[in-house]
Amino acid sequence: MIPLSWYLILAAVLFSIGMFGAISRKNAVAVLISIELMLNAVNINILAFWHYHSQLLGYTEINGLVFAAVVIIAAAAEVAIGLAIILAVYRVRKTVVASDINVLKG
Amino acid sequence: MNYELITWLIPLAPLLAFFIIFLVTYKNNRLSHSLAIGSAFISWLLSMIIIIFAVTNQEVIEKGISSSISWLPTAETWLKIGVQVDALTTITLFFVSWTILMIFIYSVGYHNFGQPEGDHDRPGLPPHGAEIIDQEGKHQHVPSIEPMYARFFGFFGLFAFAMYLLVVSNNLLTLYIGWEIMGLCSYLLIGFWYAKPSAKAAAQKAFLTTRIGDVFMLIGLAALYTITGSLQYEVIFSEDVIHNLATTISPVLGLSWAGLIGLLIFMGVVGKSSQFPLHNWLPDAMEGPTPVSAMIHAATMVSAGVYLAIRFFPVLSAGWDGGASITTPMLVMAVIGSFTALFSATIAVAQRDVKRVLAYSTISQLGFMIAALGVGAYVAAAFHLVTHAIFKALLFLGSGSIIHGMEHGVLHTQEHIDPQDMYNMGGLYKKMPITFATFVIGGFALAGFPFITAGFWSKDEILSGAFNGGFSIVFWVLAISAFITAFYTMRQISLVFLGKARTEAAKHAHETPNTMTVPLIVLSFFAITIGWVGIPEYFPVIGGLLPNWLETFLGTMLPGEHVVVEHHSSIPLITSLVVSLGGLFLGGLLYRRITETDKDPLEWSLSGFYKVLANKYYVDEFYQFVFIRPAEWVSEKIVYQLFDQKIFDGFLHGIGKISIWLGEKFRYWFDLPVINRGGDKLASGTRKIGTNLKVTQSGRIQDYMILALAFSLLGGFIFYLILF
Repeated sequence: MIPLSWYLILAAVLFSIGMFGAISRKNAVAVLISIELMLNAVNINILAFWHYHSQLLGYTEINGLVFAAVVIIAAAAEVAIGLAIILAVYRVRKTVVASDINVLKG
Repeated sequence: MNYELITWLIPLAPLLAFFIIFLVTYKNNRLSHSLAIGSAFISWLLSMIIIIFAVTNQEVIEKGISSSISWLPTAETWLKIGVQVDALTTITLFFVSWTILMIFIYSVGYHNFGQPEGDHDRPGLPPHGAEIIDQEGKHQHVPSIEPMYARFFGFFGLFAFAMYLLVVSNNLLTLYIGWEIMGLCSYLLIGFWYAKPSAKAAAQKAFLTTRIGDVFMLIGLAALYTITGSLQYEVIFSEDVIHNLATTISPVLGLSWAGLIGLLIFMGVVGKSSQFPLHNWLPDAMEGPTPVSAMIHAATMVSAGVYLAIRFFPVLSAGWDGGASITTPMLVMAVIGSFTALFSATIAVAQRDVKRVLAYSTISQLGFMIAALGVGAYVAAAFHLVTHAIFKALLFLGSGSIIHGMEHGVLHTQEHIDPQDMYNMGGLYKKMPITFATFVIGGFALAGFPFITAGFWSKDEILSGAFNGGFSIVFWVLAISAFITAFYTMRQISLVFLGKARTEAAKHAHETPNTMTVPLIVLSFFAITIGWVGIPEYFPVIGGLLPNWLETFLGTMLPGEHVVVEHHSSIPLITSLVVSLGGLFLGGLLYRRITETDKDPLEWSLSGFYKVLANKYYVDEFYQFVFIRPAEWVSEKIVYQLFDQKIFDGFLHGIGKISIWLGEKFRYWFDLPVINRGGDKLASGTRKIGTNLKVTQSGRIQDYMILALAFSLLGGFIFYLILF
């Protein structure tokens, strides 16, 4: 059986890759993809803990699955809105480079 | 008929007229004088109803009409006000209503109603006359209407209200209110031509001088209220209260309370009726228009003082048994009254101003009344009050008519002379026959021309009262005064009417309009007939032909059988005959044929003393020196220069300097470093922080993300530290 820590290490790596991508990528779409990565890393964490917890209890609880499903739904909604914003911004500014979109600069 | 209600209504009509004139109709001369005269007429009519009712009903004379209402709550009781009619009120109402009505009508003519407005007339100055072009195209100077015509009638309404209020009230509270309103009206009307400095000064003098008396009177009233607990006549003059007042001893000079209160109230009378030493305001009051002189300063207001003295006779004479041992207030009254009578009669002989002669004669006659009260001749004082009011109103109105006629002449000839100076007149009997006839009647009444005129009977009564009471000094002083009175009266008549005209203006003088002559005729009727109601019964030949109605009527005012012993001596009668006829004869003899160049015969016969008389014994100068100059010195040197400029101003300047010094310190120690620079620092610090923090606002989403990450890590770390 694969130990819990492997899942956690995988999730941490995945999250770090996502974070790095979100901070360093210029393309707004790539930033969005990186955020998806981070969300999925969290999902792996949730599911791993759920499975581990179920085994400790000896029966299956549904909570973790529901939580993961909610996260996936939220991620889907977020991507839909995020892409729509990126498209809208692109129409106006003809660019998807995140660092160029700096209207709020002080 | 409801006679109480009628009595209440008497004073109200003129008050209403006063308010309406000042609030509504003051721009319309005709409406204003109609209102004023209408109100005077209503009051006159109501007074006549009351008088007829009172005279024909024996019951009223004995008990009187009286009605009161509670007015002001005091701690336990009420201050009541109300009206009453008794014998004294009735006879006072008689002369007050007649003179007021006549003088109101007279004022219409006096103030030139119906004449054009003057070219240069200004409010506050007497009208100067207007220039008009007549039908033949010639320029003519005619009198012009008074600029403040309606205002005059408004004041007169207020004055009439106050006088009626004083007469009909049954308590000292409303009497005092009327008393003071009359003082105010006197001030306003003496100063009616307020742009004249002399009128302004005279108004202030009158107000301040009478005020001296009024203060004492107020103290007297307060004392009376404290002791008796009431200001109602019926309480004060009840026998118990009078007895109490007469027997309890006051803390001042061992006088009884009646004596003290009597003296204090007599001080008010001295101020109002202008007795020595407070007499000097009245001659100056002649600065006002002549109807004012006639009404306020001869017929009614100064009579109010004597009225009060007569009203207060029970208190003044409390403890007097009818004999020669008179009470202290009576002694003071006898002395001051007879002295004033002689004193001002002698001044009157040396006056040149037609109105000033009459003013001094008023003072003198009021002195007669006060002296009569002092010797206990109650009825005689009241009698002389009535007759004097009538003939003095007549004389003043006559003098106004003379002045008016003279002003007409002055306007015609454009001379620069004083139209009031008797030496500028002469021979006016042809020019102004009605004024002449009525003035002679009034003058003879004043002089006491035997048997016909009212003045003879009342003056004779006073003289016989003084003689029969055993006060021979008072008798002789009054007799001499009566002689001088007759003398200066004839002097005045001769100078004004007889002889030849001494100026061009006198040649062109003109009889005055009907509104002025009709009141003269009405008053001269009374100046003769009013004396016939009081012919004493012991009088030789005609005594007893007519009943001595007045004595019976007024006798009801005195408690008990208070009859003075009659000696039936003929000395007072012979004296009054001699003094009046002798004075008139001498005056006529000396002054009948004065021409422009002649000097006053008294000037060489009295030599230096004439100057003293002409200058009124230097009383004004004395007061100026003793009271006014020190008062001015104190206010200038001590109050103004020492207190005001040095002490008060110094103190205030000191406070100012300390404040400036403190302010400087605050400025340098607190305001500049803390408030000012602190504020600057706050602003610049905020700005600096803002500038430094600006770099975090790159606008790049990923920078924010890093920042958020960093902060959440930091927060997590701190959270971790706090938790574990």
